Amino acid sequence: MTAPLLQLKDIRVSYGRAEVVHGISLEVASGSIVSVIGANGAGKTTLLNATMGVIPSSGTILYRGTPVPHSVEGRVQAGMCLVPERRELFTTMSVEDNLALGGFLRTADERRETLEDVYKRFPRLKERRTQIAGTLSGGERQMLALGRALMSRPKLLLLDEPSLGLAPKIVAEILGIVSELRSTGVSILLVEQNARAALEISDEAYLVELGEVRRSGKAAQMAADPELVESYLGGGH
Amino acid sequence: MDSTILAFLIQDGVTSGAIYALLGLSLVLVFAVTRVIFIPQGEFVAYGALTLAVLDVGRIPGTLPLLMGLGIAAFVFDLASFRQSFRPQHLITSALVNLVLPAIVYGLVVTVLPMQPGPIVRALLAILIIAPMGLYIYRVAFRPLANASVLVLLITSVGVHLAMMGLGLFAFGAEGLRAQPLMRGSFSLGFLPIPAQSLWIYGATIAAMVGLYIFFERTILGKALRATAVNRLGARLVGVRTNLTGGTAFVLASTIGAISGVLIAPITTIYYDTGFLIGLKGFVAAIIGGLSSFPVTAVAAIGVGLVEAFASFFASNFKEIIVFSLLIPVLIWRSLTTDPHEDE
Repeated sequence: MTAPLLQLKDIRVSYGRAEVVHGISLEVASGSIVSVIGANGAGKTTLLNATMGVIPSSGTILYRGTPVPHSVEGRVQAGMCLVPERRELFTTMSVEDNLALGGFLRTADERRETLEDVYKRFPRLKERRTQIAGTLSGGERQMLALGRALMSRPKLLLLDEPSLGLAPKIVAEILGIVSELRSTGVSILLVEQNARAALEISDEAYLVELGEVRRSGKAAQMAADPELVESYLGGGH
Repeated sequence: MDSTILAFLIQDGVTSGAIYALLGLSLVLVFAVTRVIFIPQGEFVAYGALTLAVLDVGRIPGTLPLLMGLGIAAFVFDLASFRQSFRPQHLITSALVNLVLPAIVYGLVVTVLPMQPGPIVRALLAILIIAPMGLYIYRVAFRPLANASVLVLLITSVGVHLAMMGLGLFAFGAEGLRAQPLMRGSFSLGFLPIPAQSLWIYGATIAAMVGLYIFFERTILGKALRATAVNRLGARLVGVRTNLTGGTAFVLASTIGAISGVLIAPITTIYYDTGFLIGLKGFVAAIIGGLSSFPVTAVAAIGVGLVEAFASFFASNFKEIIVFSLLIPVLIWRSLTTDPHEDE
């Protein structure tokens, strides 16, 4: 049996003296979508940032069975890519420059090739390729953030609240694209407050509360769990 | 004042302004990418100018052993950082950049100099000696502080300025030096003679600006530098290493400083501590550009040069005061028009 693509073991993160993530362990199998759901402030974003190395953490992070590189940049090189909640786009630069920079660690030929793929997946970005990123709408910004991440040809995408602040129709479109990405061999660790939408496209799910994993299992089973539905999925409405 | 004097003053102002523009652009570049307010920018000008003057008389400049010394210091810093994570290829890269590169420059200078090369070759040698220093100074003084506050970086910057000025005194002594012009003679524009050296200054300034424009607009590394200036976290998330952009910005700064020094060395006498004042005038332009706008900085620098030229004619005792007073209305205007919540 092959090792999971990503394994987090007993991850702990502290801000100052306050520990906010209390020993979370989880796994992402190759080619799967795993979602981490939970209320605001549960520590989901912190967990994702720690996984990418943006903030320091203790515990073990194994990527393809070996410890991850120390730096954020090293992790990008290894095939991990984080799309943060705030997108962190280069707002004064054009859409195409943002995308090109996504492929910074790739060769010029690879960049050109991947850019075509990204434009195929997001035709709207192609239409707006000379536009300044800061002038895009919320949905377009999220597409650009995803597109920029794909430019690095990641094996593992870490998505932080891709649906945040977007209209329901756009949310469906974005999550549809995320779901499609799995078929291209990209694995995804998805953090979402919109638990129902996340569970629909996920294989596995973890419910995090106050920095600890409360429940985990197949996404379909979690979605059908009456207690979970009651407390997290809005009482089944 | 007749029109001849006016024309001379304008020409003089534009010539100095062109140099201030280069320095101002460099200051904006370094600040945008690394958040360092780069006080020692002027030292590179003095180093470049004095190095050229010493090469002109066929001697080995003190900056050459200094380059070797800085390279070794940077290598030692790299060795110390290998305690955290060691990869053989990093050791090789570090040895190539910090030890082999200065050794090659050293070898080149001691080989070429006895052949009594022409002024342009000497100028290129001077630039070659000074340019790599930016990288080593970044490695030793600023890279370990990559996450420090702007204030800490500024204090470090002042420290580096003082150290470089002291090293300049050690390398060149307290005497002022002047280099030979890259080209003698002058051209006349109507009644106004323009020295060939001034044409070199205009040409080099325009070439450097066009070069920087192409670098930032067309190359992926240039875009990475801009991206780092816009969003540091975003840049790291796409795999742009802070070390790479910081090192590149500093090498550009030292190269621009050295070019400026080589250009002004024949028109003014330079002392080991002259660089500071020249750098400050570039800084005035950079401040007018808000430490962020390249075009505003370039235009402001020409303005600073013109004000300086006219001030030295009408009130030469108050020349510097008038130039630096330009900052006051700009700062008042900026503080009234800038939203303090804009900056994070």
